Amino acid sequence: MTKEEQIAALRSEPWRETLRKSMKNKERTDIPRVHMNELDATYRSHNKEEVNTGLTAEQAQQEAKRCLDCPNPTCMEGCPVSINIPTFIKNIERGEFLEAARTLKETSALPAVCGRVCPQEKQCESRCIYTLKLKKEAVGIGNLERFAADFERESGNISVPEVAASNGIKIAVVGSGPAGLSFAGDMVKRGYDVTVFEALHEIGGVLKYGIPEFRLPNHIVDVEIEALRLMGVKFVLNCIIGKTISYEDMHTDGYKGIFAASGAGLPNFMDIPGENLIGVMSSNEYLTRVNLMDAANPETDTPVLQGKNVAVIGGGNTAMDSVRTARRLGAERAIIVYRRSEEEMPARLEEVKHAKEEGIEFLTLHNPIEYIGNERGRVVQMKLQKMELGEADASGRRRPIAIEGAIETLDIDEVIVSVGVSPNPLIPRAFQGLEVTRWGTIIVNEESMQSALPDVFAGGDIVRGGATVILAMGDGRKAAAAMNDYLQSK
Amino acid sequence: MNKIVSKEHFSENVIKLEVEAPLIARARKAGHFVMVKVGKTGERIPLTIAAADTVKGTITLVIQTVGGSSKKLCALNEGDYITDLVGPLGEATHIENFGTVVCAGGGVGVAPLLPIVEALHKAGNRVIVVLAARSKDLVILENQMKANADEVIVMTDDGTYGTKGLVTNGVESVINREKVDMCVTIGPAIMMKFVSLLTKKYEIPTVASLNTIMVDGTGMCGACRITVGGKTKFVCVDGPEFDAHQVDFDEMILRLGAYKEIEKKD
Repeated sequence: MTKEEQIAALRSEPWRETLRKSMKNKERTDIPRVHMNELDATYRSHNKEEVNTGLTAEQAQQEAKRCLDCPNPTCMEGCPVSINIPTFIKNIERGEFLEAARTLKETSALPAVCGRVCPQEKQCESRCIYTLKLKKEAVGIGNLERFAADFERESGNISVPEVAASNGIKIAVVGSGPAGLSFAGDMVKRGYDVTVFEALHEIGGVLKYGIPEFRLPNHIVDVEIEALRLMGVKFVLNCIIGKTISYEDMHTDGYKGIFAASGAGLPNFMDIPGENLIGVMSSNEYLTRVNLMDAANPETDTPVLQGKNVAVIGGGNTAMDSVRTARRLGAERAIIVYRRSEEEMPARLEEVKHAKEEGIEFLTLHNPIEYIGNERGRVVQMKLQKMELGEADASGRRRPIAIEGAIETLDIDEVIVSVGVSPNPLIPRAFQGLEVTRWGTIIVNEESMQSALPDVFAGGDIVRGGATVILAMGDGRKAAAAMNDYLQSK
Repeated sequence: MNKIVSKEHFSENVIKLEVEAPLIARARKAGHFVMVKVGKTGERIPLTIAAADTVKGTITLVIQTVGGSSKKLCALNEGDYITDLVGPLGEATHIENFGTVVCAGGGVGVAPLLPIVEALHKAGNRVIVVLAARSKDLVILENQMKANADEVIVMTDDGTYGTKGLVTNGVESVINREKVDMCVTIGPAIMMKFVSLLTKKYEIPTVASLNTIMVDGTGMCGACRITVGGKTKFVCVDGPEFDAHQVDFDEMILRLGAYKEIEKKD
């Protein structure tokens, strides 16, 4: 059966036909989108409780009614892991929440994670018929995904996807972030003997060290990892492929395929004077201290600077995560400094909205050019160049241009630099024969994710340079399918 | 979890631990380091590997109790487990036959210097080791050094053992009597700074192994960044060894104190 036939077959099941006919489309489209419940902004900006509190069952069923169960569900084309979106939503509408969760898990290893951190407005929801044709707010696919995944977890009836009989073929995964976990889930379902190697002392990669608790609680990630473990995925912590175990060792140990998903490990700095002063750090360092090491907790050993006037440089999701974390750690002023205008910011609209509600200041069209320190080498001020927007650049965004002579000074005691990351050099250095771009990303065949070394596939930020959780997961799925074909044809 | 198979007190504040880590023991080379974390809520700290035994599958770490985290590690006993241990990290020492090499070590820096001394000696170098400590009780690994070096010079600040004076006095005495082709120095940042200033005066190429603050140790955080020849480098992936004459030691010393004021109680 082709994918289209499968979608059609599920759609024509009797319950689904009846459900579709139970309401007129006009009645469905007249329902306004149900909005996510949130904690009060003043309350939440002083703790790490999750900001979004989820939908109630009634809200979820109401939102699910809005979905028209289209014969040609374009939303699915917008999902990198091809979740059967109408099937899971219609299951929510009819109250079969566990069945909805089961549908999600058929193609996604991390539904509770994706329901929280995917930029759905740029993925599935951007391809929803409400967005494309009706010019109305899309069906809240992400919110519904989160609802179903949370319902299943809280019910205690966690389903474990079916796993094919073991074929005994050993597969190694380098890195336990979203790309690696997604790949591992798909391969273990196909019967492979999958081991995930993680360099850090916790499983989850960026989901643990990067994304803060108030947006993605660690215990939610742990439940999804546990599900993979139940399916038979093995995890090895504190092990660096290319350092602890070499590529050659992996062959000796009998691994027939390797999926490199080691992430974008190296933070970018701007190379401006004063950047190595104490108090200036990468968002990776700041977030790792707070999220992975729980440094703001007095009971742990890792320290973290807790500035009163904190500037975060950048306009992406990581910058928003950093500035909102600084606010929660007691910053009186927590400021986003961004060289373009708000319109060009790559961060999700929801993150910008939440940040503003929490009292974050936005200093757009400003670019740091120098940090000034005191006699003890600590940052106390920054010099900012004011900018204006010129013509569109290669990214389609208007290019920021310095306004000559317009320089300001701002008093700050902590700076978090969040201007992107570069790929981690460990894997490319350790795997002789890999081909890499001049930025250090691994070159792969875009269809199969196969690298220049036939048994090494790669995906996520080590290939993309810096992208999203869901694109990384899509890479993992693609690589799993292609590696399976490669190994079966041998 | 890695088991501690033996523990030895070098002095009151310096401990030697031999730890089960067969994969690291097999993969490590002179110059490599590991990241260590004690307890679930522990801090990740970098430690340079002092020795490895591939037959027993162990590595040796030498730790000085300075902050809360090193105290926690030193409080562990034979049979206890280190919660998290990962490595080997960093780039290995570049070893070749340079001719005559002076290896200057101070404090616990003497421990990671030992495998480098061994490797240089094996590569055919004439190796002269200068060991420096505040006083006699703090001199470590003298016999092991003697077994691998052509000469060992001990310097103590208070003159209780060896010659009274600083490590730089010892290094300069060698330079004054014979041609030195290369210098390797490991120890407190301030000591490496002065060794570097001295050898720069004599134009002797010098390598320093740096021990900075790190969180992950794999290139991810950038906490370890230093300036080398005007450029920012990451000690964890670009080092830990650098051309000492190019290192901005003053900046490094300031950065080492980044968390002094907020270091948590243990």
